[in-house]
Amino acid sequence: MDADVLIVGGGMAGCGAAFEARYWGRDLRIVVAEKAAIERSGAVAQGLSAINCYMGMRWGENQPEDFVRYVRNDLMGLSREDLVYDVARHVDSTVHLFEEWGLPIFKDPASGKYVREGRWQVMIHGESYKPIVAEAARKAATEVVEHVVVTHLLPDERDPHRVAGAVGVDVRDGSYVVFRAKAVIVSAAGASHIFRPRSAGEGYGRTWYPPWASGSAYGLLIPFGAEMIQMENRLVVTRFKDGYGPVGAWFLLLKAVATNVHGDEFEKSRLPELRQRVGAYADAKPMPTCLRNHLMLQELRAGNGPILIHTERVLDTPEKEALGWEDFLNMTVGQAVTWAAQGIDPRTTPSELILSEPYVMGSHAVCAGAWASGPNDIAPPEYRWGYNRMTTSPGLFGAGDAIGGSAHKFSSGSFTEGRLAAKAAVAFVRDHQDRPAVADERRVAELREVLFRPLETYQHAQSRITAGGVNPDYLQPMSGLQRLEKTMDEYAGGTSTDYTTNDWMLGKALDNVVALREDLSRLGAADLHELQRCWELTHRVWTAEAVVRHTRFRTETRWPGYYYRADFPAVDDTNWRCFTSSVYDRTTDRWTLSTRPYVPIL
Amino acid sequence: MDKCKGCMECVRLCPSDIMHIDPRLGKAFNIEPSMCWECFTCVKGCPEAAVDVRGYADFAPFGHHVTQQRAADRIAWRIESRGGSVREFVFPIRTTPWDSIASPATAPPPTTEAAHGELLSFEPDYLAVEALPTIPSKRAAPTS
Ligand SMILES: Cc1cc2nc3c(=O)[nH]c(=O)nc-3n(C[C@H](O)[C@H](O)[C@H](O)COP(=O)(O)OP(=O)(O)OC[C@H]3O[C@@H](n4cnc5c(N)ncnc54)[C@H](O)[C@@H]3O)c2cc1C
Ligand code: SF4
Ligand code: SF4
Repeated sequence: MDADVLIVGGGMAGCGAAFEARYWGRDLRIVVAEKAAIERSGAVAQGLSAINCYMGMRWGENQPEDFVRYVRNDLMGLSREDLVYDVARHVDSTVHLFEEWGLPIFKDPASGKYVREGRWQVMIHGESYKPIVAEAARKAATEVVEHVVVTHLLPDERDPHRVAGAVGVDVRDGSYVVFRAKAVIVSAAGASHIFRPRSAGEGYGRTWYPPWASGSAYGLLIPFGAEMIQMENRLVVTRFKDGYGPVGAWFLLLKAVATNVHGDEFEKSRLPELRQRVGAYADAKPMPTCLRNHLMLQELRAGNGPILIHTERVLDTPEKEALGWEDFLNMTVGQAVTWAAQGIDPRTTPSELILSEPYVMGSHAVCAGAWASGPNDIAPPEYRWGYNRMTTSPGLFGAGDAIGGSAHKFSSGSFTEGRLAAKAAVAFVRDHQDRPAVADERRVAELREVLFRPLETYQHAQSRITAGGVNPDYLQPMSGLQRLEKTMDEYAGGTSTDYTTNDWMLGKALDNVVALREDLSRLGAADLHELQRCWELTHRVWTAEAVVRHTRFRTETRWPGYYYRADFPAVDDTNWRCFTSSVYDRTTDRWTLSTRPYVPIL
Repeated sequence: MDKCKGCMECVRLCPSDIMHIDPRLGKAFNIEPSMCWECFTCVKGCPEAAVDVRGYADFAPFGHHVTQQRAADRIAWRIESRGGSVREFVFPIRTTPWDSIASPATAPPPTTEAAHGELLSFEPDYLAVEALPTIPSKRAAPTS
């Protein structure tokens, strides 16, 4: 299948890319490749109850500069401020489009302004957020190809660093799908299930980031050779225990407080100790997300748990009660189910909060992802080598979780970044008309073998067992996933060590992950569903390897509360106020780690 | 599940690819509950209201029931808790008719000049401020 612009992943960023690519590329073939159905794919499948990134410039509420300062603090001094500024200055137009399309946004009847949840967030009745956004993408795209899991990017026949498309498998009919494209935008999301989840058994899929967030953004970019940054900057979130209901509306809008089991608001009393550990970052307002996690964790370690959120003190009207339930029904139905099942009435009973297992992503209060070129008018020369949001590989763009350094995009900012990447990708296609990318056909043939190998492995090895799934010759994708999670959890800073690791442990994690990467050639898939799981696992393993290598390289603890290097417990601004960077070379199977400078733009 | 007609809509929609049709019964079932997010996509998408969900076995006791009815512009929820209490809520979901969003290609075509600038589609109008903010890099490289 031919495309001018291929968009891999039709989530928030991918839908934004499709919309914008059509505006600038009227005559172009814009193709979206998606592993599910875009109405309900990605992190916004259930809907959301807030848009977490909106400036409100028209009411003079915030300017992009304010947002840059906020993100700088929240990330402990480290973000690509040109990219952050760029999202902030465009995001209002995205939100205004959403409203015009029919997304119900809470409004103050007196002023006509959007109702704020917090300084950057606006409240929405967002159950249908994704179907609405997907409708816009469908209208814009030439074609939306669904139920195709994209597994690899394709190189150009003459320049192996330049992208010329992608390949994948149609998980309905098992066909090999080859996309030949002049530019590719990767928007295939970050990852859950890199670290072992807290939930077990049937609830194993109840991670905060959805189980289908398979790290494909990283799993596609890394082996292709795109430079990655901040892969150690994993996310741990404070959530309602078990159901993982978000806390934003409770803290910011309903003004609920959290205490330890004795009823103490521990954040204040622990501040002096925090200053000792991280210096002036402790007094940043608002307190950085990781540091709030850190304080909670200190309480739990001291035996003062659980942390309780006092919903019972704030639900004093029927309207507030409805708002509290709607918050979950719109975006985390599982939390409402948990309350119902456990017989919890939030008007009378506080709920427990918990710190989640770590996730790897680039659109939330963290910024793992590809090193990308910044906007022409803002980016300093170190951050600019061509087209906005283009990775270090020509023609290869990213958006949403795929792009590093650009934190706090959330749903609206990811859509906006998709728009930015698409406009630049269309310009790239036009500027390279004389020499469009041509896919390397040997690689196309080679990948066909690779892609379907797990089905063959399974077929061949079946005769060695009578029943069950334990086979001496192959690894089932679920077993491989559990092997990955166990190692990452125990050695790379998961929940079982309270997010703590050190050089030795990271060395062990690396050995284990590399061994697993080698063993991926022995994956076995009984059917197409398992074949999908094999490739999702492969993308997760690439992601995990990058996480381990970056974490080991950064010899400091920059984000206490996300993870701890026990051997380097301090924040080291002298040596480490910079980005960690890695490049994988497919021809030599080697990784190169280095640093990239932090350049403030304000 | 008795009401399932095997129409495949939940199979199409499930973001985790775990709603499949049982070939013997011709009815849908969850092939991999451990990779389910309880996102209710299958529940909302089923035209027969055939999908029933109960909480994850590892922490959710029996005796609860969360159901919904989704119309073009609203969703109604009914939450029955263990212990018997019932709550009902209705929330809006969309302010415009479905299928009413226009393709961006219906807008007048952009100029070549616009294609090289920093404005995105429908800007600056949709920013609702006069101009796109910028802060020229203090150390900008000469543009070639
Ligand atoms: C529970 C929860 C609550 C949140 N709350 C809020 C909130 O209140 N407000 C807010 O603004 N943001 C919120 N967010 C964050 C927001 O949802 C994300 O930041 C945003 O969706 C990221 O956009 P994305 O396009 O990078 O990823 P996604 O939207 O997840 O899209 C990725 C897409 O890629 C597809 N894909 C993945 N791998 C492949 C592959 N190999 N081949 C083909 N397709 C593939 C996926 O199916 C999906 O469609 C929340 C997220 C969660 C999980
Ligand atoms: S609730 Fe589970 S089975 Fe249903 S659509 Fe969501 S992930 Fe799929
Ligand atoms: S459960 Fe509903 S949506 Fe799924 S196949 Fe049956 S009738 Fe169709």
